[in-house]
Amino acid sequence: MSDYSVLHATIVVERTYPASPKRVFAAWSNKEALLSWALPGDDWVSGYECFDFRVGGNDRSYFGPPGGETYLNDTTYLDIVPDARIVSAGAMTSAGKRFSAGLMTVEFQPAGNGGCRLVMTEQSAFLDGHDLPENHEAGWNEMLEKLGNHLGRQQAAA
Amino acid sequence: MFQALADPTRRLMIERLCDGPASVSELAAPLAMTLSAVVQHLAVLEESGLVRSQKQGRVRTCQVDTQALRAAERWISERRALWEKRFDRLAAYLAENPEEPKEGSET
Amino acid sequence: MTERRVTHATFTIERRYEASVARVFAAWAKPEAKQRWFACHGDWMPGPYEFDFRVGGREHLSTRDTDGVDHIYDAIYQDIVPGERIIYAYQMQLDTRRISVSLATVEFRAEGDGTRLVFTEQAAFLDGYDRPEEREIGTRAGLENLACELQRQTATA
Repeated sequence: MSDYSVLHATIVVERTYPASPKRVFAAWSNKEALLSWALPGDDWVSGYECFDFRVGGNDRSYFGPPGGETYLNDTTYLDIVPDARIVSAGAMTSAGKRFSAGLMTVEFQPAGNGGCRLVMTEQSAFLDGHDLPENHEAGWNEMLEKLGNHLGRQQAAA
Repeated sequence: MFQALADPTRRLMIERLCDGPASVSELAAPLAMTLSAVVQHLAVLEESGLVRSQKQGRVRTCQVDTQALRAAERWISERRALWEKRFDRLAAYLAENPEEPKEGSET
Repeated sequence: MTERRVTHATFTIERRYEASVARVFAAWAKPEAKQRWFACHGDWMPGPYEFDFRVGGREHLSTRDTDGVDHIYDAIYQDIVPGERIIYAYQMQLDTRRISVSLATVEFRAEGDGTRLVFTEQAAFLDGYDRPEEREIGTRAGLENLACELQRQTATA
């Protein structure tokens, strides 16, 4: 029997932030902002090898526990509507193995009191049993929590 | 739209509304939750464009927006039809080209 | 007001071909083969075809229809396992308007002397409701179709 398998799944995570869609979009489109909230694990080694936020542009981030396995995430931006939407395609690899490939839609919608409702939809193919949708969902929840903290700090500094 | 339907309670509400318009309290009746929780779910459904509501006096009546659903359904069926045609052509191509690819030339 | 809407949906198409996995895979992997069955639009005018079949490589096809509208297909390969599967992200554009972005997975499974091809598309349709021709009165049947589609999707989420 083949060791290859594909599990398709859709993950939706929603959050409302007390910050304008413009500010939340900025936190998704700026490398320094992304570095402060979008890479997992506080003590993990992480960063960007390249970052090119425009339609057709690519970025590559890496992350992993100190001394442990390093994960690479390659992203290509496919659709960008300033302050409203980002659609990208990405693939995650580690030690030459591809864990998952997916499509990510992030929508920034105006919410009450000048806030922003963020809706993130990940449509992914999980490959060969290396990764699971629930891991991604947990990871996203943690990161969106950190995004809230990031926006709060920014507000306090302003 | 998908996130609106991702929640089982909201799917139950949509199913109920497929049978015809209903008031908020009618929607809430079979659900084991507070009226304010139902109102919140309703807000998500309205925002997604799946449901519209109208207030008459003290009663808010909700109904499914079939246009929104229909548009999405058409997108999918058009795309599916495109691929079905392509896959027919692939069958024709394979029938016309019966030779096996040479070893090592797969990629 | 510009309305920004995204509709996410997943669909799967399965086909059985009376040909070996190697042959079916080759039809997806070789430019001269792929062009033969993939791009066919009757009296539409195809532009140059670009095809770089490797992970990170791109595929591009622009075809002008009889009304002068360019239908643009752009793909980027995400995963290739020879004889097993191909995963790519692709977008469709009408002139400058992007109408959809998708992740497509093609799986090739040997089945007797033939091949079962399983095609799964996870799509994000963009701003679809703004098209006036899409605004037609729905039917209960169409609605149930979609509900089914979405429910299946949720079950795997």
